[in-house]
Amino acid sequence: MTATTAGHDAVHDGHDHGHEHAPPRGLWRWLSTTNHKDIGTMYLVLSLTMFFIGGAMALVIRAELFRPGLQLVEPMFFNQMTTMHALVMIFGAVMPAFVGLANWLIPMMVGAPDMALPRMNNWSFWIMPFAFALLLSTLFMDGGGPAGGWTLYPPLSLQTGAAFPFVILSIHMMGVSSVMGAINIIATILNLRAPGMTLMRMPLFVWTWLITAYLLIAVMPVLAGAVTMLLTDKYFGTSFFNAAGGGDPVMFQHIFWFFGHPEVYIMILPAFGIVSQIIPTFARKPLFGYASMVYATASIAFLSFIVWGHHMFTVGMPLAGELFFMYATMLIAVPTGVKVFNWISTMWRGSMTFETPMLFAIAFVVLFTIGGFSGLMLAIAPADFQYQDTYFVVAHFHYVLVPGAVFSIMAAAYYWLPKWTGHMYDEKLGRLHFWCSAIGVNILFFPQHFLGLAGMPRRIPDYALQFAEFNMISSIGAFIFGFSQLIFLWVVIKCVRGGEPAPAKPWEGAHGLEWTVPSPAPHHTFQTPPQITEAEAHS
Amino acid sequence: MSPPVPAAAAGVQRSIRRTLLVVVAMFGFGFALVPLYDVLCQVTGLNGKTRAAVADAAPMPVDEARTVIVEFIASVNDEAPWEFRPDVTRIEVHPGRFYTTHFYARNRSETPLAGQAVPSVAPGLASLHFHKIECFCFNQQRFAPGEGREMPVTFRIDPQLPAEVGTVTLSYTFFRLPGQGG
Repeated sequence: MTATTAGHDAVHDGHDHGHEHAPPRGLWRWLSTTNHKDIGTMYLVLSLTMFFIGGAMALVIRAELFRPGLQLVEPMFFNQMTTMHALVMIFGAVMPAFVGLANWLIPMMVGAPDMALPRMNNWSFWIMPFAFALLLSTLFMDGGGPAGGWTLYPPLSLQTGAAFPFVILSIHMMGVSSVMGAINIIATILNLRAPGMTLMRMPLFVWTWLITAYLLIAVMPVLAGAVTMLLTDKYFGTSFFNAAGGGDPVMFQHIFWFFGHPEVYIMILPAFGIVSQIIPTFARKPLFGYASMVYATASIAFLSFIVWGHHMFTVGMPLAGELFFMYATMLIAVPTGVKVFNWISTMWRGSMTFETPMLFAIAFVVLFTIGGFSGLMLAIAPADFQYQDTYFVVAHFHYVLVPGAVFSIMAAAYYWLPKWTGHMYDEKLGRLHFWCSAIGVNILFFPQHFLGLAGMPRRIPDYALQFAEFNMISSIGAFIFGFSQLIFLWVVIKCVRGGEPAPAKPWEGAHGLEWTVPSPAPHHTFQTPPQITEAEAHS
Repeated sequence: MSPPVPAAAAGVQRSIRRTLLVVVAMFGFGFALVPLYDVLCQVTGLNGKTRAAVADAAPMPVDEARTVIVEFIASVNDEAPWEFRPDVTRIEVHPGRFYTTHFYARNRSETPLAGQAVPSVAPGLASLHFHKIECFCFNQQRFAPGEGREMPVTFRIDPQLPAEVGTVTLSYTFFRLPGQGG
């Protein structure tokens, strides 16, 4: 550990800003910053912006589906909305939110002065606004934006108009940004931990992000390859996915889902980490089964590479393939079950209080589990032939992504806002936001299970009359959920601008290095690395 | 932030090198999946891909006791002006014996067309036991304006076709070849 200590001292001495100097002001500060807290803030602001843009697209979809028949938008525009909503929410809202949280929290949680590669960090972030400007601009191009679904299956996606190369380029840019962010996170966690912060003493959020970062560097390049093949098929006469030239469109699905399934864990593992930080705090008990949480996360990550076929049970796979993918998928329920068990055991006989972060965390455990169960139903290959491409699938993945990933991000925001801003957020408004969201999200997505089981296909702007009632209920829920996010926006703005001053550790039961620095966290923290003991790590 | 001192800096450099290696390897792996996929399909017969090459015509024992139904399907992939259909839609065959059937294609346009038929066999695993010794799908087919002709397929079913398979469907999709009289 001596070497590491020396390393930190040198970081301390060699820093060219000086320690307590205020950062430069104005736009230049944000363009040129290499500070992990500034960059984390920018990621979170970008994510919130994209959340509202993607949310507005979702409301266009739900408004059109409020009644059967076509009333508001053209079918082609409707298809652009479903495609863009997915791309914006996945790559623009959920992933950058987790990267923003990682930037803010990982250096503070492991006792490092900053990320390992601060300049690359700046670059990782600033690629994103350009990528999304490019993606969103396609809506105004000839032929409109991409409308063949976010999965970009050929040959349909190859019929996209002028927007096609722009979409591919923006996906490449997001991929480059994600890979750079992941490399930075791996380099930070492996090399800049404070003395005594052994791997098995790291907070779970750091662990889940380390594993997520490995998933990112493993699969984002595969997505880059897949979209490059689409691009050359369309413009350079290759036949990767063109049967006339000896290619096969089904192969795209294999390559895409080899990326796509780990991708869904990229969007949920950091959420597991957040919830594993918050529940012990408000249950006032250490996390139950720390080591099993780490191993469960690693098992989920490993299994994510061998289950992609469950997205394509209906392509005409042989029985052996269906059985393999079915059982491998069901196996994921085991480590996930370990996690849910551990969260519940952490709360068991705890001295629980129900502040907003805890409310969101508990809702996460309950509602994510519902999404997990519908995932198990979809994993049953013979049943999947009925569910494939219906609203049941839509209900399933929105349950894991909205009250799953998004609720965890909300929980994280409420939990760490006092540390970021130095002010307590408005607890009353926070709880109002929680209850509106929790009720709204269930009215929104629960009826979609019934629609799917009754056979309503996804990605259609019009539907048969027997689906009318549940669609209307779902749309009402969508508007409740959507507009209640404005409460969140207001809480954040209010908290940034003022409020009751937050102490260094605003939560009685909180543990971890980030609570040892003042609130708001100073621009530079842990210039001198702290010393971590076993007792501090797992108390 | 200036770079950390040698010990930590060396670790960071090592992490970057290793992770970049993974990134490059996985980008390559995405492309390597293309030939891997083809090889896997050829070897296992998954996906109903039939052998592109001419099958061995050496005699095989004919299983007179067993009858397998072979169905024929023809489809046109894009909006190209083809007429394309099998002469007969189903025949009964004995495994081991050669049969010849014909597909009819006609160019309904005023310009020359070139096309390629891509075969697929269902169920997929039966494709390993479906042998063609002559097929119009082995070559590109060129048609003068308005030309129509019969095109032969000669095939046999291997007696080793799994017993549970009673019906084999041979499907051809006709693709217009770009830039060749199309």
